[in-house]
Amino acid sequence: MENVSCYLSLITFVPLLGVLVVLFINRECPETLRWVTLVCMLIDFVLSLFVYFGFDPSIPSMQFVENHSWIQEWGISYKLGIDGISLFLVLLATFLGPILVLASWKDIIHRVKEFMICLLFLQVGMIGVFVSLDLFLFYVFWEIMLIPMYLLIGVWGNPARKLYAAIKFVLYTIVGSLLMLVAILVLYFMAGKSSGVYTFDLLKLYEFAVPIQAQFWLFLAFFLAFAIKVPMFPFHTWLPDAHTEAPTVGSVVLAAVLLKMGTYGFIRFAIPLFPNAAVDAAWWVCLLAVIGIIYGAWVAMVQVDVKRLVAFSSVSHLGFVMLGMFALTSQGVEGSILQMINHGLSTGALFLIVGMIYERRHTRLIAEFGGLSKVMPIFAVFFMVFTLSSIGLPGLNGFIGEFLILLGSFKVFTWYTVFAASGVIFAAVYMLWMFQRVMFGEITNPKNLNLKDLDVREIAVLVPILIFVVWIGIYPNTFLRPMEPSVKNFIQHVEKKRAKIIALEDEGKQTLPYVDKISLVSSVTEVRAER
Amino acid sequence: MIPVPEVNLGGVLPALIISVAGLLAMLLGLFVRKGASTVGAVIGLVGVLLALMANAPLRLMNTPAFSGMIALDTYTWFFNLLILASVGLTILISMKYLVDMGLDLYEYFAILLFAAVGMMFMVSGIHLLVIFVGLETLSIAVYVLTGVLPRSAKSSEASLKYLLLGAFSSGLFLYGAALLFGATGSLSLAGLAKYFQSGSVSLMALVGMGLLLVGFSFKVAAVPFHMWTPDVYDGAPSPITGFMSVGVKAAAFAAFLRVFFECFGSAQVTWSHILWVLAALTMILGNLAAIVQTNIKRMLAYSSIAHAGYILVGMVAGKEGGAAGILYYLLAYIFTNLGAFAVVTIVGRKGEANVNIDDYRGLAKAHPALALVMSIFLFSLAGIPPTAGFVGKFTIFSAAINSGYIWLVIIGVLTSAASVFYYFRVVMKMYMEAPEVEPEKLLFSPSMTLALTLTVMVVLYIGIFPTTYLNLATESVKTLF
Repeated sequence: MENVSCYLSLITFVPLLGVLVVLFINRECPETLRWVTLVCMLIDFVLSLFVYFGFDPSIPSMQFVENHSWIQEWGISYKLGIDGISLFLVLLATFLGPILVLASWKDIIHRVKEFMICLLFLQVGMIGVFVSLDLFLFYVFWEIMLIPMYLLIGVWGNPARKLYAAIKFVLYTIVGSLLMLVAILVLYFMAGKSSGVYTFDLLKLYEFAVPIQAQFWLFLAFFLAFAIKVPMFPFHTWLPDAHTEAPTVGSVVLAAVLLKMGTYGFIRFAIPLFPNAAVDAAWWVCLLAVIGIIYGAWVAMVQVDVKRLVAFSSVSHLGFVMLGMFALTSQGVEGSILQMINHGLSTGALFLIVGMIYERRHTRLIAEFGGLSKVMPIFAVFFMVFTLSSIGLPGLNGFIGEFLILLGSFKVFTWYTVFAASGVIFAAVYMLWMFQRVMFGEITNPKNLNLKDLDVREIAVLVPILIFVVWIGIYPNTFLRPMEPSVKNFIQHVEKKRAKIIALEDEGKQTLPYVDKISLVSSVTEVRAER
Repeated sequence: MIPVPEVNLGGVLPALIISVAGLLAMLLGLFVRKGASTVGAVIGLVGVLLALMANAPLRLMNTPAFSGMIALDTYTWFFNLLILASVGLTILISMKYLVDMGLDLYEYFAILLFAAVGMMFMVSGIHLLVIFVGLETLSIAVYVLTGVLPRSAKSSEASLKYLLLGAFSSGLFLYGAALLFGATGSLSLAGLAKYFQSGSVSLMALVGMGLLLVGFSFKVAAVPFHMWTPDVYDGAPSPITGFMSVGVKAAAFAAFLRVFFECFGSAQVTWSHILWVLAALTMILGNLAAIVQTNIKRMLAYSSIAHAGYILVGMVAGKEGGAAGILYYLLAYIFTNLGAFAVVTIVGRKGEANVNIDDYRGLAKAHPALALVMSIFLFSLAGIPPTAGFVGKFTIFSAAINSGYIWLVIIGVLTSAASVFYYFRVVMKMYMEAPEVEPEKLLFSPSMTLALTLTVMVVLYIGIFPTTYLNLATESVKTLF
């Protein structure tokens, strides 16, 4: 497998090459800029397909591992790898890349060059976060992606409140991530002092058992960073602003991929590094998740702006993701990962749809619409399918994810699950009510009489998403099978490590972090994966 | 017969070259009628390049020279590099500035070079008097440079303020040194170290140490001894402000570090508590005050106070890790901040008319490259990867965590989160707002372009591949411990 071992680097940095090419294109030719970016994104997607087909679904651990030393003195390495958990998130990011460029084709007409550069940079950051297996490298990618997103909102956003939304997004995120940086450093020195090996290598840090008391603080710092990103109630207030003020493409990428960085952070870093704290906190985290589900749904119900409504629905949906994850059962976690993808697809698509009517009418207020299905039948079909997918109609993707989550969490948090299930009903209420007011009935507003239906480009944007929405809904096994071994491995790791730490704590080793290595499935199989 | 001490001129060759260059610049200024400042700049640049070459052998040395007055070691080598880099860049930036201002001052570069000589003695001194003489040479030169703008009340006022407060702090420093001499009978760092290690430390010596600490805190602009900074930075010509914020700070920290780690290392517990408080105050006040500024030079002045706070965190952390972190941080900071001040100089235009943050509106549209470069500097100041500033903060904070100062680091990261607000506000003005009236076109000159290219490349390069420079920093601080 020598020759495939640079695939992940390629996927991560092909957009950066794109940036270099775009830099040398005259800003007077926006068409060329768009085509070049599109081709670059497509190449990236095709490369990620190679990874998908080369991925061995029977192996639970990291594959396509690349490991080069970067800052040797500190044990920082350039280490990449993916497993069943990150595979689909990477694919989601690369899949959406070309769609984003297509969606921006008519929407973004000012400063196209800068826009494309931001989009490509964002892609680098996002993919980098999902593939890095070194805490330092992860942190670098995590922060890098802030800047293009900040510019996306601030430069191409809605003029009225874009500056406020942009800086709010940055400040919220950076406070969380800087505290996480402190926690990363504390963990690094703790592990280093007890074992003598100073390293930021995630897989090696997995093997260190952090004392329960320290776990609490470290988990708290990681929790804050990721909970702000997800965003969980009550850290969600940046999200509606950022979503509403961002340009369509910004909202799509924010909802579809950026929020997943938070949930992914929990599953890859916070939980496996600090299993005891995570399990102890699960009750609280799930409480916040359930509050988020219901609160998000209620607030979404009363929105007058379609985009804001979809934004609040995100808060609700991500509550499900968190609930499933912290149930720490295999159905729950699988459902949670699948729901990350689902949310990316359906909410992303909904933002695209909102963008499409906004381009036609320059308003997003529900009251301005009504009866659109008569003048825009094709649009109505797409809108309907994505609405139903977001609600969780059986046969479409949302159902599978939410069902698995509720199934997984019912065993652990019965009451939470009961309340969470009500969120599905509320989702039906706010989504269908909105759909009804926008699409059905008589056309009351004369401005809506002559709206053009979707053109070929817009259909080309939505069809690929539609295919996956139906595919996951009908045959989820394509997606669940590759993630299953990794999820099992994850849960096993968490349980084993937790039990081991409790045992150590009972033995009375309470002063230093424990040197004892826990032999874990992941560490054993990593060697195999490197083949 | 009085024994003649061994004189090792080779060791001080870089300082000698710079002095000769300064003298030449001054003399030639008398004969050249027009373009004297250009002649001075060229001489200065040649001097800097020669001095860089002469500095190279110091890396492998580790000997005291001039009867234990100065140390020729890797530490000196490293700081000489930093000083020469900052002087070289300042010359490049100033060339355009002087032309813009219509000033043909040959003294300007001569004084700048003399300031560099003072700095070089300050960083190599291992005797409090040498350090003091270096400090004064540097300070007096900078007082003059601050007030170099003729017919500018602001510049003269800044110069006077700086002179008064600077003299006051020098006085404190000298008084501290006198008390130490009274208590220990020695002014050499080795002698003082011996005394402090002996165990019985008199109150007089402690007061002396405290006064030294205050004196240094004045020079590095640590809160509550920072009052002079905003006014002086605002009034001084932009390139000189840049030079003060990096060069003077680096030299002051170099001496601060050497004196405190070498002599008072054993009493570390006593001063690290004080520094803990100073560092926390400096970071908090610097960052919070910067948020409300509308003038970019004042904003960068408060930001430089905040950066002194981060560096103090490294001192609190102590040990090799903390000291090496400081060295790397200063390296990163010199290039970043001088780059930022180069942009401030360009955007300021004639007579520094445009130094408000609002003057940066729409810069990205008119000058995309300049806006991009400025953004990179601002991101580096804010500590966002993959820039040098991020690695700098990372090294310092990790050293502090290693020494167990977690709360100080938490204060540090929270205040640097606050700093993101004001650094990003400039980015916001450049990219997201439009100017009310179309400003005049900016004019570039080759020297300025060179300075910007150099700084931005270094900021990115040592941010992405910091290994070599981190190793150099670690190697350089070995002699302190």
